[in-house]
Amino acid sequence: MTETSSKHPLDDFLRMDRMPHIWCEGCGLGTTLNCFSQALKELDFDLNRLAVVSGIGCAGRASGYVNADAFHTTHGRAIAFATGVKIADPNLKIVVLSGDGDLFAIGGNHFIHAARRNVDMLVICSNNFNYGMTGGQVGPTTPSHALTMTTPYGNIEHPFNLVALAAASGAVFVSRWTALHVRRLTESIKKGLQKKGFSFIEVIVPCPEIYGRYNKLGDALKMIRDLKTNSVIKYGVPAHEAEIDPDRRIVLGEFVDTEKPEYSDRIRALVERSKGE
Amino acid sequence: MALRLPKVGGAYVQFEDELGSMAAVIGASYAGVKSMTATSGPGLSLMQENIGLAVMTEAPCVIVDVMRGSPSTGQPTKAAQGDVMQCRWGSHGDYEIIALVPASVQEMFDLTIEAFNLSERYRVPTMVMADEVIGHVRERLVIPDPNNITIMNRKKPDRPPGEYLPFQPGEDLVPPMACFGEGYHFHATGLTHDERGYPDMSIETQEKLVRRLCEKIRRNANKIIRLDKLFVDDAEILVVAFGSPARSAASAVATARSEGIKAGLLRLITIWPFPTEELEELSKQLKSAIVLEMNYGQLVREVERAVKPTPVSFLPKLGEEPHRPEEVLSAIRRCKG
Repeated sequence: MTETSSKHPLDDFLRMDRMPHIWCEGCGLGTTLNCFSQALKELDFDLNRLAVVSGIGCAGRASGYVNADAFHTTHGRAIAFATGVKIADPNLKIVVLSGDGDLFAIGGNHFIHAARRNVDMLVICSNNFNYGMTGGQVGPTTPSHALTMTTPYGNIEHPFNLVALAAASGAVFVSRWTALHVRRLTESIKKGLQKKGFSFIEVIVPCPEIYGRYNKLGDALKMIRDLKTNSVIKYGVPAHEAEIDPDRRIVLGEFVDTEKPEYSDRIRALVERSKGE
Repeated sequence: MALRLPKVGGAYVQFEDELGSMAAVIGASYAGVKSMTATSGPGLSLMQENIGLAVMTEAPCVIVDVMRGSPSTGQPTKAAQGDVMQCRWGSHGDYEIIALVPASVQEMFDLTIEAFNLSERYRVPTMVMADEVIGHVRERLVIPDPNNITIMNRKKPDRPPGEYLPFQPGEDLVPPMACFGEGYHFHATGLTHDERGYPDMSIETQEKLVRRLCEKIRRNANKIIRLDKLFVDDAEILVVAFGSPARSAASAVATARSEGIKAGLLRLITIWPFPTEELEELSKQLKSAIVLEMNYGQLVREVERAVKPTPVSFLPKLGEEPHRPEEVLSAIRRCKG
């Protein structure tokens, strides 16, 4: 006889008393959270050593669904908050789960500086190319020409390439996947969880209800199919060559995996050094 | 602090901006340590967003603001008291904070410890609001034996993880605080939340939460408030001052007494919560009150409200220098008539 259970294998990693979540049907944010939970499970990660921090927006709600110590901060400040946590308790692994608008518009300054300092944390950015929660405004990753609530004539700005920005800012681990590439994404998250230093994973997620509607990209399945058609996996290319043009070509893979001294380690070393002086 | 903190096992970080500093202070507080930041007026403006987050998530922390001439960039490194209302109301919404005002180097030391104690006791951001004179003056400081310093720490959960609700208050309206890594797997958010820490947008939860955040300070105001009184017992003319102007006021009041004028000085060490009850009580014996502030009129309105119908004269001071003792003395003589 096979044992049956009403329990999902990932239930232990999620706050089931908060289900159903707020995300729309077809949204890729649930997939990101699923892959994150799967990575924790596969690593048998000690949840007592984990702090999950997020900012504002659809993606930012993820911290509220993870069954670990979790803090939902103000808009854009998750990484700065996480830096304070890491300095105060270097034994914690901090994961920042948030979105493109939160992390790269209002929070952009904290992102580049935490990467520069190499503060030990894993930042997982679900990129849906717009501010979905507030009705679909243009953001720092919205492709040129794309339609949003606030770019009714098409976006006239140039978007960030997030992996290039992360690499240039000093991140020690940088990768990009989509909500379709769940096995590779999970593997990347496992690496990020085990990596010491500032790690960054971009996850391209479909937003069929908001961004998809504005740009007539079809339903969730169509958007996922397009991710499959348009993406190409290229491990190890320089991050600045990892193109992202969602309508034509998205380069996926791991682009940076390097080592450098971590910030909280350096603080501890400084404390030791200053005691003698 | 960059020099001294590492020597005692602490950490100092100069953040990229004040938004980040304040966010990191809350993060460190939630990781279980005592954390603080220091700034001047414009920096305090930038911190307001996350001061609101500290209020909402009840993160114990200390913010030192050395007030300078303002608005905007104003007069860097020049004395003022322009942030009296900013520190009280600068973040959006209804809330209470605690603010202490030192009038000497010794008090800068003592009140910073007091601020940590109050922030831990009531789980509320606590401000030390110095003016630039106090920030730069050099004078005698006695550092007490650490064994003689009272240290208060936040209440910890008295029950195991499965039974703990992170925002369930005790009788004092303050919830015990679990920190990251202690196994409680709690959730905290800047959103309106229930006792589990889960977002809840209902009218009932908003009302219950905001009332508690305010009442935990208001109901304990008499335990929090500290005042320094000079010749107040039989005073008919009361000078109300805080920070460096109070030093001039002390001199002026002493001179007035030598002239037979029944003047007294009420020096506010705590400005928030405001000592309304104490002033109401005092107003029964007063013929007039004089308020000194190094701004164009902020705390004077609170004093007017409390001592009504006692006439209040206001001595504003804009630009660098605190009031001189003779200016205060002239005001006292005018009140005497």
